[in-house]
Amino acid sequence: MSFIHVDNVWKEYTENVVLEHLTLRVKKGEFVTIVGASGCGKTTFLKMLLGEVSPSRGKILLDGKPLAVEPGPDRGIVFQRYSVFPHLKVLGNVMLGLELQQSRVLGRLFGDKRRLAQQLACEMLEAVGLSHVLDKYPSELSGGMQQRLALAQSLIKQPLILLLDEPFGALDPGMRADMHQLILTLWRNMGLTVFMVSHDLKESFYLGTRLLVFDKVRHDPQNMNAFGARVTYDIPLGSVDNSLCQEIEKYSSPKQIVANLE
Amino acid sequence: MKRLMNLRPTKPFRIGLGILPFIIILVIYLAASNVRLAENSRDKLLPSFDSFVSAIQRMAFEPSKRTGEILLWADTFASLERLALGVGISALIGLTLGIINGLIPLASAPLSPLVRTLSLIPPMAILPILFIMFGLGEASKVALIVIGIAPFIVRDLQQRVAEIPSELLIKAQTLGASTWLVIVRVVLPQLIPRLIDAVRLSLGAAWLFLIAAEAIAATEGLGYRIFLVRRYLAMDVILPYVAWVTFLAYVMDASLRRLSKKIFPWYHGNGVQAEG
Repeated sequence: MSFIHVDNVWKEYTENVVLEHLTLRVKKGEFVTIVGASGCGKTTFLKMLLGEVSPSRGKILLDGKPLAVEPGPDRGIVFQRYSVFPHLKVLGNVMLGLELQQSRVLGRLFGDKRRLAQQLACEMLEAVGLSHVLDKYPSELSGGMQQRLALAQSLIKQPLILLLDEPFGALDPGMRADMHQLILTLWRNMGLTVFMVSHDLKESFYLGTRLLVFDKVRHDPQNMNAFGARVTYDIPLGSVDNSLCQEIEKYSSPKQIVANLE
Repeated sequence: MKRLMNLRPTKPFRIGLGILPFIIILVIYLAASNVRLAENSRDKLLPSFDSFVSAIQRMAFEPSKRTGEILLWADTFASLERLALGVGISALIGLTLGIINGLIPLASAPLSPLVRTLSLIPPMAILPILFIMFGLGEASKVALIVIGIAPFIVRDLQQRVAEIPSELLIKAQTLGASTWLVIVRVVLPQLIPRLIDAVRLSLGAAWLFLIAAEAIAATEGLGYRIFLVRRYLAMDVILPYVAWVTFLAYVMDASLRRLSKKIFPWYHGNGVQAEG
């Protein structure tokens, strides 16, 4: 049985179609990477899974039930930026999820409950390699460490789905490779279902078990926004040859889309 | 030779340059005062330093013959109490309405246009209404300060809430926060240092409304005293009072800035927003 069921989903804004005809089944434990040219709706799709944006038509089911139309604790997210709270120290950022869950009025824990939350948060931070900076503010951390923190913060809630919106886009290549190892380890150990939007095709091939390419198949030269993007490739990874990779690269680069129009 | 825009003074030179205009003003004042006093030793417009010293001595260190109070201190306490009440109430209103307006669209739909309209009313124009409603006592003066600065603080904080990256608000929701918990754990803590900024910016206006209200109807207070002694052309009292008000305003601003830096180090940043 599929875990996530996207059934003929469209997203339109008045005269602007972003996504059309999206149908998709995703099993538990898949690592779905999503690529496509800028403005092809991959982030919109992620926002729909998040509940920040609701589909204009069609429906999305999570575990057989319609997806909540606002963000909730069953879906964790790491953005490219602004994922961690600047006013909380590293430990506080990770404890926040536990505090919000257990204390519905003050959002703070005291005594034994607080110690337990601290301990859990420390273990999570250990797993992402941040146990040496518990007492620092996020602004004192490097970009890579901030993203590790954002991961730890989301994962302590044990979400059913982890959504990643170009999480490594702002990192330098060395840091990015470290983060790839980390996310793969966490994904395997915690049995996560991951959706990751990326600009980087190589990264998407390397990390994912399944690659989705979003692109527009119909073009109206008079009206660029008349048609939305669809999933043009849905590739189970592990058995991909290089030529396919080049083909996708060719068709999903913005230059090529303009060339096609002309 | 570098361009003018690229020339930077060294620290001692900069401090010296900073003091220079004050010295120049002082010298000009003394020269002008001497000229006038040489012509007419009873001139009141530009008193000599001797008259300042005796006026300060009289106002700040000797009990008044009429009331037995030391006037400067009595005035200062009266004014500061009104100012603190007015600014405190405005800050509280600003924080509450700013958060509600900035975060909750259903609340800002009816409230925002109201606040925007209220903030356009010239507060001095409704001072008579305040005197009629609250009488000539403390309440009307505090109310004038509140009406003068609260709308500004509300609108400023509403804007600051809107500037919190939506990513953070969404992240908090994915961590299980209700609207209330988003307010107490995310918005409120991020807003307090911004409230301090807003209060610092509105202190000038708060003083303005305080002194205006005191000038019109009061029995003590810094503004009251300045406008009272104006009748006797007592520049020897007015100028030290103005200097004292300026000093108080400076101390308030500086201590709010220091307080904010001490309590909210994350807000003022340590300059290391590392990349990569």
